Amino acid sequence: MTNLTIGKAINAGLRAAMEHDPKVLVMGEDVGRLGGVFRVTDGLHKDFGADRVIDTPLAESGIVGTAIGMALRGYRPVVEIQFDGFFFPAANQTFTQLAKMRRRSAGALSVPLVMRIPYGGGIGAVEHHSESPESYFLHTAGLRVISVANAVDAYWMIQQAIRSEDPVIFLEPKRRYYEKAEVDTEASIAEAAPMGAARVARPGTDVTLLAYGPMVKTALQAAEADTEHSIEVIDLRSLAPVDYPTVVESVKRTGRLVVAHEATLTGGPGAEIAARITEECFYHLESPVIRVAAFDTPYPQSRLEEYYLPDLDRVLDGVDRAFAY
Amino acid sequence: MSDTTVHEEPELIQLLTPEGELTGHPDYPLEITADEIRDLYRDLVLVRRFDGEAVSLQRQGELGLWASLLGQEAAQIGSGRALRGTDMAFPSYREHGVAWCRGVEPKELLGMFRGVTNGGWDPHEHGFHLYTIVIGSQALHATGYAMGVQRDGAVGEDGTAVITYFGDGATSQGDTNEAFNFASVNNAPVVFFCQNNQWAISEPLERQARVPIYKRASGFGFPGLRVDGNDVLAVLAVTRAALDNAREGNGPTLVEAFTYRMGAHTTNDDPTRYRNAAELDEWKAKDPILRVRRYLENNGLADEEFFASVDAEADALGEKVRTQCRSLPDPEPLDIFHEVYAEPNVHIDRQRAEYADYLASFEAEGVR
Repeated sequence: MTNLTIGKAINAGLRAAMEHDPKVLVMGEDVGRLGGVFRVTDGLHKDFGADRVIDTPLAESGIVGTAIGMALRGYRPVVEIQFDGFFFPAANQTFTQLAKMRRRSAGALSVPLVMRIPYGGGIGAVEHHSESPESYFLHTAGLRVISVANAVDAYWMIQQAIRSEDPVIFLEPKRRYYEKAEVDTEASIAEAAPMGAARVARPGTDVTLLAYGPMVKTALQAAEADTEHSIEVIDLRSLAPVDYPTVVESVKRTGRLVVAHEATLTGGPGAEIAARITEECFYHLESPVIRVAAFDTPYPQSRLEEYYLPDLDRVLDGVDRAFAY
Repeated sequence: MSDTTVHEEPELIQLLTPEGELTGHPDYPLEITADEIRDLYRDLVLVRRFDGEAVSLQRQGELGLWASLLGQEAAQIGSGRALRGTDMAFPSYREHGVAWCRGVEPKELLGMFRGVTNGGWDPHEHGFHLYTIVIGSQALHATGYAMGVQRDGAVGEDGTAVITYFGDGATSQGDTNEAFNFASVNNAPVVFFCQNNQWAISEPLERQARVPIYKRASGFGFPGLRVDGNDVLAVLAVTRAALDNAREGNGPTLVEAFTYRMGAHTTNDDPTRYRNAAELDEWKAKDPILRVRRYLENNGLADEEFFASVDAEADALGEKVRTQCRSLPDPEPLDIFHEVYAEPNVHIDRQRAEYADYLASFEAEGVR
């Protein structure tokens, strides 16, 4: 067992993947000698060389577009988009090319590309450095979307994402990079929880609280703080596809569902989950599905982000709203 | 607004004049037999015929759309015949002549325009990627693929080269310029083949670039060449040199094939709204097929029997294309769900099952 932060766990996972398969490459701005602005690729350039850890020109569309070409040649590129808000210049390559290549070729081509994006707010950053763009990805068929919430998942899921034949958007909760956990790096990847499966992070009986990525910690804090209700916390882990059976089973037991995320409310993942759970659990629900989300505004200046991000109190308020019916 | 001319008199690399005179070029010598020139003539005639049939099929409602290559046959056949089996091409959506050279069946090209497929062939089998519609996107794929070739160590005389095709309009796209830069800093074995057909739908070259396109390469740090795109021999020689240069590890080249799109942008377009007949007449005099025919005739390298046999072959191809197009099977409704993901996806599995039941309910009621 090794005590690792989420950031170090992803680093160790990348290293393990590169050792396992010589076709795995790391690409992006500053991922080489600097080791990435969050140091997630630290040391890889030194140990695997510039041919496998590629410092690219500063051009996001170029990074994703050339990585697609490398994947078509048989490589397994892991690209780093330095910050969430810089994904948008690569949107065309992601939506019109990456997501559709397999479908367009009737299965003759696959693009096993992983796009790592440090995402979400809470680090006091300037504009375009705190976005939660997951809904854009969810709306695009052909992409798998996952978000890790702890170091154990970070270590295994990056490796699972790299082994996937499908393109994977790997969302890293940047304000949780320094959260630590014990990781059994000696274990076998086959024993790790599958990438698509949701996890009951804390059992409970009165209400299901659903979160992913950075909000999982907040959800667990809320469950701890609420002495009135028994809150079951589910860490969704995979946003596309969603492991609905695990969520449905929980909601049928608790009768209530609160979804919390940093993405904006309208058209956010919570909207989709609420619709689906209403369809599947209509006669089990004691209240409407409640969403706790960021407001439908641009991400604010950092001195306001504590009001913008769903925090412990807003999550608890969401739980209270579910019990008001 | 100042009027900096972009149409400086083009210095074209040319080997065969419009009158059919073989002039040669000191920097691009071409050793070629009469047999090989006759084969190129045959390619040019056949792809023009295929293209013409496709336009007709669109007019008859058999295709939803067609992007005609009329006028660009030499640029495509010359560059396509310069490729080796192990090379990889990343086309735009008008490269029917290159596809022909790569052994993609004409009927496979029609599938996308008929709406029965989004691709239609196995890119690895042919060394010819899928048609790419979003302008310029494929230049990056080619560059990345070439970076993979480098890492495979597939360089040297027997090495692999990569080529990507785009038009003058694509040189305005960020992706094309990012590809130039990535290829340059990585010294990637890729040839950027720009078919400058003078028009991006209705926008003339003047609205795309204020410097000749081939000169843009120098700003990125690699050579750019302008070749007479209606001269199949010059295109062959120049592209072959650029590919060899790439495969031997000397990095990218931009080849600007100076040509003309004689037809519409696609069958949805009406070029009479934006360009005049005189321009078309000027280019008709530079017809890529006519000049090869003149050369063969003037030098007694082909007789009437040869030309008649090529025409007969074209007729047969036309007939085949018509028949094959009409017999392309419609996909099954549940194909909607196929090959979206490599791995099982519960959302799609569920939607497929529900839709299958829904469709079956009509059959059960005898409605369909």
